[in-house]
Amino acid sequence: MASMVNLTIDGKNFQAEEGKNLMLVAKENGIFIPSLCYYEHIEPPLGSCRVCTCKINGKYGPACTEKVSEGLKVEVNNEELKDTRKALVEMMFAEGNHICPACEKSGNCDLQHMGYELGVSSTRFPHLFKDRIIDYKPNRMVMEHNRCIKCLRCVVEVVTNDGKKVFNYLNRGNETYVGVDYEQEAKLTEEEAINAMKICPTGAIIVRGANMAEPFGDRKFDMESVQKNYNEKKPKLNRPTAMEKKIVATVSLAGCFGCHMSMLDIDTELLDLIELISFDKSPLTDIKTFTNRCHIGLVEGGCCNSENVETLRKFREHCDILVALGECSIWGGLPSMRNSIPLSECLEEAYLNSVTNEPGNNIIPYHEDLPKILDRVYACNEIVKIDYYIPGCPPDANHIWKAVKNLLWGEEYSILYSEFKYD
Amino acid sequence: MADDTVKKFKEPGQTQMLNKLWELQRSNGYIHDDDIKQLAQVFNLSEIEVEGVASFYHFFHRKPTGKNTIYLNNSIVADIKGFNRIKETLERETGATFGSVDRTGTFGLFLTPCIGLSDQEPSALINFYPFTNLNVIKVKDIISKLKKGATAESICDAPADNIRYTPPDNKSVFFKKFVPGVALAKMKKLWPAAVIKEIKKSELAGRGGAYYPTWKKWNAARVQAALPKFVVCNADEGEPGTFKDRVLMNTQAKSLIEGMIICGYTIGAEYGIIYLRGEYWWLKHKLDAAIKEYRAAGLLGKECSQIKDFDFDIRVQMGAGSYVCGEETALLESLEGKRGEPRTKWFFPVEKGYLQLPTVINNVETFCAAARIIEMGSAEYTQLGIPGSPGTKLISVSGDCKLPGIYEIEWGMTVAELLELCEADDPYYIQVSGPSGECISIKEKFRRISMLDLLARKDIRCGGSFMIFNKQRDLVKVLLNFSEFFKQESCGICTPCRAGNFIIQRKLKRLENGLANETDLQELKSWGTIMKNTSRCGLGKTATNSLIYAMDKFHDYFAAKLDNDFNGLNLKFDMEAATKDYEKYKI
Repeated sequence: MASMVNLTIDGKNFQAEEGKNLMLVAKENGIFIPSLCYYEHIEPPLGSCRVCTCKINGKYGPACTEKVSEGLKVEVNNEELKDTRKALVEMMFAEGNHICPACEKSGNCDLQHMGYELGVSSTRFPHLFKDRIIDYKPNRMVMEHNRCIKCLRCVVEVVTNDGKKVFNYLNRGNETYVGVDYEQEAKLTEEEAINAMKICPTGAIIVRGANMAEPFGDRKFDMESVQKNYNEKKPKLNRPTAMEKKIVATVSLAGCFGCHMSMLDIDTELLDLIELISFDKSPLTDIKTFTNRCHIGLVEGGCCNSENVETLRKFREHCDILVALGECSIWGGLPSMRNSIPLSECLEEAYLNSVTNEPGNNIIPYHEDLPKILDRVYACNEIVKIDYYIPGCPPDANHIWKAVKNLLWGEEYSILYSEFKYD
Repeated sequence: MADDTVKKFKEPGQTQMLNKLWELQRSNGYIHDDDIKQLAQVFNLSEIEVEGVASFYHFFHRKPTGKNTIYLNNSIVADIKGFNRIKETLERETGATFGSVDRTGTFGLFLTPCIGLSDQEPSALINFYPFTNLNVIKVKDIISKLKKGATAESICDAPADNIRYTPPDNKSVFFKKFVPGVALAKMKKLWPAAVIKEIKKSELAGRGGAYYPTWKKWNAARVQAALPKFVVCNADEGEPGTFKDRVLMNTQAKSLIEGMIICGYTIGAEYGIIYLRGEYWWLKHKLDAAIKEYRAAGLLGKECSQIKDFDFDIRVQMGAGSYVCGEETALLESLEGKRGEPRTKWFFPVEKGYLQLPTVINNVETFCAAARIIEMGSAEYTQLGIPGSPGTKLISVSGDCKLPGIYEIEWGMTVAELLELCEADDPYYIQVSGPSGECISIKEKFRRISMLDLLARKDIRCGGSFMIFNKQRDLVKVLLNFSEFFKQESCGICTPCRAGNFIIQRKLKRLENGLANETDLQELKSWGTIMKNTSRCGLGKTATNSLIYAMDKFHDYFAAKLDNDFNGLNLKFDMEAATKDYEKYKI
């Protein structure tokens, strides 16, 4: 029996078995340390995602590779560390092509879930839009390289009966990806294959026919946070509380108007709201040009053509606060799926080579009155300064109006876990 | 182990993976799909695992690389010495473009980071034989000879050692005459504990650049119960601008071997392995010959040096082009025939190293120094240098100076003195210890070079290289070269290093294009710090060091690079560039 040691986590004293993994000790004592690669029974621990980085005896290091010892001092939740961990999750979103609304794993995805838990509403890093393939060759699985965060779980954990690896890293650096051995993959039983899908913290490993067993909305991470008191601390904004009438402008650029539809979803509360705000330029009023300076501008969608860019610049010019509403405006979203494909290929596929086109009869439209298509879809913050982001596809109606009310009148708000969604 | 008598313990098959891959690569020019299948069978692995190893190292190719495979160095020192001209000439003369093979399959052109010849740039490896001080005429000559059927081996250069300076009055530690067996004879008179005491007195610390006290490492391995134990020499000198180990192995292979024997004797090891970087194939025969000589003299092998129950032998393992394998745990993985991914700090190599057995890993210079310390005695050794940092240090000097080469300095020399010795030409920016080290401005030229005060930042703790840049050099270009290097060489296992280096490079390009503003600089600094705090191994932790220091030390330079008419409304977005692709459909 191992001897007990004393350690402190964020200034509180705890006792634990000597040599036990710090992640486990923290978990047993109700302290949440985020992690994406840590998997309890894999030893030695993987230590690949680095999201569990803490300050251990004054030095930065991941909690998952730390054995507790006498007098260990751990800092988990100071502002710097929280920001660092959030940055790492943001880095994963920036590096991969994570399109939650189109993902089979949504709701069961550890990465998406960690995004909610750490309050990631946009990534501070530029999206890299690296061209990655989807591997349909394995017998039973689909390997979606766009979503892989290279956590190493499947590489270490999934082996055949004769001890051979099914997955392994290929290449190195930012070209690293997880390759599948088709021959070994075929030897896995259905159960083992499903297990591989389950240990994948994202939607990278998908087993055909088994990926929709649970309906969206009823999944592991759909309704509840693993952190206690998640909503307790929100920064308070000191703004005047008098509810003077404010002017709002809205627009949908390269978006689907879904976020606008969502705005209407507060139903009867809309009648209260209309007492407090008036709309200027907006599809809701059909006002085409700005007639007043606006207090707040809500922008849906990113920029895919020159007209979008001009409109967005106009918004920046006429609005005090500019809010990016929904995934597409935050980083490009669904339209940005074209970003890893050259523009010419997209246009030729749509206008020239599509099966419904008569060969030789079509041209790619170009006219000075038509907006010019950009080389890729740009996020709004690549064009103008964006003050706030409301994530979601679409964001929940309550989320939108709570955030807007807070920004305009400093009203206190608390967004429920179920209202903060990427999909 | 090679062809020796020690056969008590057999290294498992997979440790031969790199050797097998090298064999195939060198005989066929590439590794065929069938080879992968076959190797998987031989080692009883899945194919994807073999594929994973082969694709990790950039000297292994899955497509033909031509009869003459040319690797041109693209490090920053090569760049300032005329890399671009050589690159153009090579492409014109061979008819191949970089990254591919010409139509006849005679020449394959590839780029590789620093090949350890920074004192004679531009340089290249052809079929892993060195060609130095290249110029247009020389390249034309080489290519025409190769076209006529000459072998690279017959026309290659013997790189000069360029030992430019040793302490006056014959006080050189590393380069004085070495008589084989003298250090070993002295060692025989000491108990292992006494050797450790001697090393402790000499204050020898890891010369790879981490400066971990050597005696602590050896002692920790000595007390381990598990057997057998291993001594590994890290000769994977990948840090651009560093070439001291190359010169040591070329001139002092014997003191390296004796240093390893001393370590083996001290910790009770039976096996020594020299992990030599693939770029130094041309040095392998030298090491092999020295090892053979030692075996013949009875100084290696069974009961070596006539010490009862002390069996010790050494072999050389070739690396295959991966900077990260210089990280000690990545090196161990590579020795085991796997991908060179650094391990976590769950175990230290002295507890569970090579094959999960106790292992001491030291740099070439550390072993050479250890042999010399035993030879001369710690009392004499500590006379050199300064209190707290005794002895001498090898520094590889390259870049904008008249006398690039190796400088053996006594600890305590100032930067100014060193710059004067090498006749630096209007130095402005100096990169110390390679891209992962720190950069210093000429304003700091009176700082001492020693092992002291790393945190106080008074002295400079140098891992072994000085790259000197004059005022004409574009700092952002230098930093971009480093960032490209780290992006390529990251092993890809941890998020901050894999994604971070990519992101940092994007940001730096923004700066190069004149699109950055003050916020971008702050972000670079803060993102660099995140990488530093969270990366898994030294590569990611140090990749942004120079960048962060440079932004502080050369603030005016960066300020001038910024796009200062930021109008508050608009971050830079270039509509013309963004619509350029579409404009070609204009009717």
